[in-house]
Amino acid sequence: MKRTIAATLATFAIAFAAPVFAGPREGLLMQYASTAQSSGFSAERGQALHKRNFAGGKPETPACISCHGENPRSPGRTLSGKPIAPLAVSVTPTRYTDPAKVEKWFKRNCIEVLGRECTPQEKGDWLVYMINQ
Amino acid sequence: MNLTYRPLVLGFIALFFTAIVFDRAQAGGNHFYAPVADPVVKEECGSCHIAFAPSMLPASSWQRMMGNLKNHFGDDASVDAETAARISRYHMANAADASGQRYSGKLLKGVALDSAPQRITELPAWVREHRKVPDWEWRHKDVRTKANCAACHPYAEQGYYNE
Repeated sequence: MKRTIAATLATFAIAFAAPVFAGPREGLLMQYASTAQSSGFSAERGQALHKRNFAGGKPETPACISCHGENPRSPGRTLSGKPIAPLAVSVTPTRYTDPAKVEKWFKRNCIEVLGRECTPQEKGDWLVYMINQ
Repeated sequence: MNLTYRPLVLGFIALFFTAIVFDRAQAGGNHFYAPVADPVVKEECGSCHIAFAPSMLPASSWQRMMGNLKNHFGDDASVDAETAARISRYHMANAADASGQRYSGKLLKGVALDSAPQRITELPAWVREHRKVPDWEWRHKDVRTKANCAACHPYAEQGYYNE
């Protein structure tokens, strides 16, 4: 009897906890982790990546912060003057909830800034930095 | 007998002139270009720059542009095939030379419809309309590029390009 109760409780715990662990952001991180084969992601590395001057892509956009701005909690601005919603999840809660959209912009923006696509490690670090912001 | 036709004819003449004047007033005073209504098109074409109204360029222009998204004014703006088809369809149906377009005729003055111009800011009518804008205004930190319509036309996103 005791075991049954424990099992039932465990099932409920998993059932209720699962959606929390399997959100779209976590799904992305898991996907990056499985291909990065690293010991984990770091927000500090993500921040460094975000601010680093790569100058490997287009001359107008040497770094992420060229358009997104120094502070992830403030809005950015595209080259043609359109405002960009802040990257920090705390300010823009809808961010990184559509995996296809995240991948689309990683691809475009990494090519424009770094001159190449970002690695799963870089994507994971950067995403963790923004989720924690 | 003749007398009964007279008021009718006069009435028609008056109506005819009113129609002409009204049409002129609408076409000339209204710098309106219907904004993009399709949410997917708005998202895909309106993230980096304002989602330019399809009625600002002829269909041939959009066709050419959609065929070269890999090099979209220097950027790779490729989208998947399904999205590209949807964007193309929307732009074809609402292009400046599509049927039912009312106000865009002026912007296409002096443009061969099959010449497929790519930059709205190079259309002769656009250049003429903006000839009085001084250089320093284009270089202003809130403007910086001629693609930044909304810097000077606050209701550009809604389709209104009056001053």
